[in-house]
Amino acid sequence: MTNRQTHPPPIRRRRPRPSNLAVGVTGGLALALAGTLAAAALSNEEAAARMARNQALVAALELTDLCLFTEARYTRHLTQADLHTPFQDAPFSLDHFPSGSVVPPPPGITRHAPMD
Amino acid sequence: MPPWIERQRHLMDYTLAAMARRWGRNLGLVAVYTLLVFVLASVMMFTDAIQREAGQLLEQAPEVVVQRMVAGRHDLISADYMDAIAAIRGARQVRGRLWGYHFDPVTAANYTFMVPAANAPPAGRVHIGAGLARARGAAVGDVLSFRGHDGALFSFDIEGLLRAESEIITADAILLSEEDFRAFFGIRPGLFTDISLQVRNPREVTKVAEKIVERFPDTRPILRSEMQRTYASLFDWRQGLVLTVFAGALLAFAILAWDKAAGLSAEERREIGILKAVGWETTDIIAMKTWEGALVSLTAFLLGVLLAYGHVFGTSAVMFEPVLKGWATLYPRFVLTPHVDLFQLAVLAFLTVVPYTAATVVPNWKTAVTDPDAVMR
Amino acid sequence: MIELRNVSKVFNEGRHNEFTAIRDVSLRLADREVTVFTGPSGSGKTTLLTLVGCLARPTVGRIRLHDRDISGLPERFLTQVRRHSFGFVFQQFNLISGLSAVDNVMLPAYPTGRPRSGLMARALELLELMALAERADAPVEWLSGGEKQRVAIARALINDPPVLIADEPTANLDTAMSRDFLAILERLVEQGKTVLMTSHDPLVYEAAMVNTVVSLRDGRVETVP
Repeated sequence: MTNRQTHPPPIRRRRPRPSNLAVGVTGGLALALAGTLAAAALSNEEAAARMARNQALVAALELTDLCLFTEARYTRHLTQADLHTPFQDAPFSLDHFPSGSVVPPPPGITRHAPMD
Repeated sequence: MPPWIERQRHLMDYTLAAMARRWGRNLGLVAVYTLLVFVLASVMMFTDAIQREAGQLLEQAPEVVVQRMVAGRHDLISADYMDAIAAIRGARQVRGRLWGYHFDPVTAANYTFMVPAANAPPAGRVHIGAGLARARGAAVGDVLSFRGHDGALFSFDIEGLLRAESEIITADAILLSEEDFRAFFGIRPGLFTDISLQVRNPREVTKVAEKIVERFPDTRPILRSEMQRTYASLFDWRQGLVLTVFAGALLAFAILAWDKAAGLSAEERREIGILKAVGWETTDIIAMKTWEGALVSLTAFLLGVLLAYGHVFGTSAVMFEPVLKGWATLYPRFVLTPHVDLFQLAVLAFLTVVPYTAATVVPNWKTAVTDPDAVMR
Repeated sequence: MIELRNVSKVFNEGRHNEFTAIRDVSLRLADREVTVFTGPSGSGKTTLLTLVGCLARPTVGRIRLHDRDISGLPERFLTQVRRHSFGFVFQQFNLISGLSAVDNVMLPAYPTGRPRSGLMARALELLELMALAERADAPVEWLSGGEKQRVAIARALINDPPVLIADEPTANLDTAMSRDFLAILERLVEQGKTVLMTSHDPLVYEAAMVNTVVSLRDGRVETVP
């Protein structure tokens, strides 16, 4: 055996325990998510007030649709599109991609309800 | 600390030290995985939030809208229909609506012209949506000019702007008086775009609608419940784009899982043999690998969901804007009310954390049950 | 006291490549002594070590550790017996590369759930005994052959087993390092450890500290002095 051990062992740099690090990170993320979800679940007065004002506007203007896709009449007023617009051929219709691919044909146009 | 907890923490220490050897690869894995969860969770949260928003807003929509169809097209409806519909028992507040589209060559955008039921602006004046004002760079006091149906130039003074917070419903709106509307589009008095009505007893809505069709076979009543259903299935899983995103993501995930499950390298097998030889049980090795899979997938899941939340509710889903915009030049700016469906979140967690962990553990299982003397042979 | 009674080990039993590594071996191995198994390669000495060390179970025969029959135990219990009774130093050292020396030393103790602080202190103490205190945080692939073996010895001792098992311990060492190894063994025997080794290195089986040499050939014991 060598006699190197007569030297005092160097002071070891204390590294954090890996599992502490991992539990800290995942635990921290989990807490952050829980906090976010809790904050979202609590009633948001500002959002509620905004919704109430917008609902009043819907009632006053007798609106039937959201203003999401303004490129064509059958996408601007999805619910008002007549039964013969090309848009309703299929949800994949490429002439209206991508708007056409995120909205289904209006209910009543297909034989069964669109959500079954 | 009880020994069983300390034991699990030792196993975690080991698997983390082992993963740290290829930290670049593992970090990349977490990053890709996080991106996957981020995209899926973003779609999920955005869909859920916009469906809720639409559902709540349309609670105030007209109970029934009656359109007249001519040769398969939505056509103007005569005021005569209104009187007859008003005579149907249960129908009330029967009103002719005036609205239509106009393409503005200046911005290459479509606007929606509307005559409000009450408080319409006086002739020559308009109220405009905030999105439209942004597109035209217009403000209160400015003049907007459009060419009417006969080519004549119409100029409107902007009297007011609709609140910016209502862009999700009014971004492209121009509210104007009935006489301006008729003059602009050339619609004779006594004709309307369609007819809206309320029904006294909500349970009789279908009955009233049936009576209307019976009385006027050329009409199509659209019920509020149908409007709400249209938006409830917006971004539904069946829709092409969402399906495409999901399919792509699932495929990527399957490749990832396949790569992991396809087998262990000789080096990994040897390490498991060593661990068994120095006194680890099969269950220790499986527990250790479970920690590896669970830590990677859980971190990616939590990170991805948090980022998605920030994306959808913080930046109003800025990455989905190109999709929603489509070919439109006018796009609303809106803030969604934060809401997360816990059940959907649980499903997402189950679909991401469990398969990955399983893909990590299963190939090790077979190796872990080999005889511990293998390393001596 | 370890006792083997009519022990045989057959690999791939019932298949065309069936192979009998150990045939009807009976032995008594005393505590606190150094026993060396010697013989040509293929003589079954390593297989015998795996049987004694509970890494494998005999096909026929009984093995008793003190007064306990360990030949019929299910794997779970066999692992526990192995963990507490035997420390292994493998021919190829079998360290996990990429991990530091101290992490490697602690490995066998992980399933016991010993608190990390005490475990770490004990691992460093063992590395210091092996004159490796400065190398504790170095990844094992940076170490020389002799250093690797000393890490492997420290790892074998972490659970403080009464028996140390070494398979061809000097096969990958030069003469000076082999002598260092024997010096370490001598100290461990003084501390009361039982040592079982395989070797065909005269430096080992002719060393003064060796109490018994068991010679094997074709799976049978040739000479038991």
